[in-house]
Amino acid sequence: MNEQNILEIKDLSVIYKTDLETVKAVNGINIAIKKKSTFGLVGETGAGKTTTARSIIRLLPKVGHVTGGSIEFEGQNLLDLPEDEMRTYRGNKIAMVFQDPMTSLNPVMSVGDQIAETIKIHNPHLSKEDVEKRVEDTLAMVGILPSRKIDYPHQFSGGMKQRVIIAIALACEPDLLIADEPTTALDVTIQAQVLMMIKDLRDRLGTSMLMITHDLGIVAKICDDVGVMYAGEIVESGTVQDIFEGKNHHPYTEGLFGSIPDLKATAKRPQAIPGLMPDPTNLPEGCVFVERCKYAMDICRKEHPQLSVSGTHKLCCHLFDENGNRKEANHG
Amino acid sequence: MYRYIVKRILFLIPTILGVAFIIYFVLNLTPGNPGRSILGANASQEAVDQLNEELGYNDPLLVKYVNYMKKLVLEGDFGTSYFTKQPVMNEVLPRFWVTLQLSIIGIIISTLVGVPLGMLTAVKQYSAWDYIPSILAFLLAAIPSFVLGMVLLLVFSLKLNLLPSYGLDTWDAYIMPSLCMAIPITAFNVRFTKSSMLESIRADYIDTARAKGATERTVIWKHALKNALLPVITNIGLNMGGLIMGAVVSERLFSVPGIGALIVDRINYKDEPVIIAGTIVISITFTIIMLIVDIIYAYVDPRIKAKYTRIKG
Repeated sequence: MNEQNILEIKDLSVIYKTDLETVKAVNGINIAIKKKSTFGLVGETGAGKTTTARSIIRLLPKVGHVTGGSIEFEGQNLLDLPEDEMRTYRGNKIAMVFQDPMTSLNPVMSVGDQIAETIKIHNPHLSKEDVEKRVEDTLAMVGILPSRKIDYPHQFSGGMKQRVIIAIALACEPDLLIADEPTTALDVTIQAQVLMMIKDLRDRLGTSMLMITHDLGIVAKICDDVGVMYAGEIVESGTVQDIFEGKNHHPYTEGLFGSIPDLKATAKRPQAIPGLMPDPTNLPEGCVFVERCKYAMDICRKEHPQLSVSGTHKLCCHLFDENGNRKEANHG
Repeated sequence: MYRYIVKRILFLIPTILGVAFIIYFVLNLTPGNPGRSILGANASQEAVDQLNEELGYNDPLLVKYVNYMKKLVLEGDFGTSYFTKQPVMNEVLPRFWVTLQLSIIGIIISTLVGVPLGMLTAVKQYSAWDYIPSILAFLLAAIPSFVLGMVLLLVFSLKLNLLPSYGLDTWDAYIMPSLCMAIPITAFNVRFTKSSMLESIRADYIDTARAKGATERTVIWKHALKNALLPVITNIGLNMGGLIMGAVVSERLFSVPGIGALIVDRINYKDEPVIIAGTIVISITFTIIMLIVDIIYAYVDPRIKAKYTRIKG
């Protein structure tokens, strides 16, 4: 494992297996998150982003199984840990912020108690006063009056609830914060506030972060590296510069950028990517994006594309050779 | 909160007025009269008419109602039984006490057995710990209580000769009537608690708790249980009301002198004061039980408590 990385996911595959069907949610992905940097995982709903995040913290639903690969955190493969050791990581070294602040807090516990719980689990010898002190500090850190610790979740607005959830996640100053669409459920002005706060705290605490989102604007603002996920695969990855400024892109990434409304363009509608994601119980043999790709070729249907690498920029498409150069002859 | 409680207790007044009126109205629609029932089929029509007149049975509906309520409000008098000529409360209260005892035993059994079993089936979903209690609960909930009571009688009194088949003279006589009342509700509790628990186990805040590094035991007992119990508490309150009102089947089967059996008996005699007083006592109990449930609810759920304290007057 590379010393500079805090987390390395190698060849991870996850399935959801029920009596009726097997859903291939994540298919052999590779992600490396550098220390004190933020990795943005982008993709549409159902691409496997949340599954990836839940595999890291090992909180997949009962039907979810990791079928291959490794998740190394600071040199330790998390998938090998027994459950009780895994618990010492959760909330302590790796914390997670969930998508929906409205339902992610326990409605019958005061927010102070909910923050204190994390602190107590990972610092069992702390005195009651010290725990309370840390709860108050943590609340102040996310911009909530410490005196509100006795209040219950229903007394907070959506944005404030998400702040409380972030406070829970950061209470033990984790090394890695997984944020699963932390602002999706909030309205736009609050989104910006919460996002800036996350960015601020990340910089102040030196936390590495995995930011899951379908919003490219968020990626541009706070991520260092990006992975574009589609049907359980990372089809393109690289630094923010590679993705936002480079000229070679996976057709899906192109489509994602095309679907953002452009303020400067003259009255053109944003271009949606036609079609739907392939059925994850029955993935195509070749490229997973072939059905929606405007450049689709014969080979795309038959053969899964190889990885093209140029520097930090990686993509997975038959349009490009293994060095990331466009294969001119083949299409048209 | 206190204002809320006072408000709820004051709400008893229209409840009692309404209940009494409905009972008078319904009794007025049904055939028969107390004079004939008391004197028997061989009595002369004159004697029957005279008795009805003496009892005040022949007065118009509204006059009877207003007179009754006047006496009740001004003198606290629930009336005199047409049939026994006793003040009705002398009959109603001891009978009510019997039913209340049976219901309390029933509710304790059904809660202590049903709720933990329901939790077990939810926590161990898709295992034998789930399937066996769930199927059993399904079967028992489907059996009508009079069938269940007769089976109990047949097995424990007739075949095994273990338990007395009637009355409430010894402590073991309480077993079968209260079981007969408790078993269907226990079965219902299992199913209800299971679905409530399953719902809260899948809630997002459970994921949050797990992501904190909490042990599975903390997650279930501290986070899931408290939330799952909220609807269960309401359900237990409703059960208690249902038990008191539905006790008549069990009371009849096991010849227990409860209030349900009393009211049903006196309907034959059109003994209006007893029927009305009995019903009023049951409605008051029901209201008080629901009030207690609400108070417990507010204690457990801060959202409800906030709502009550916000209500003014």
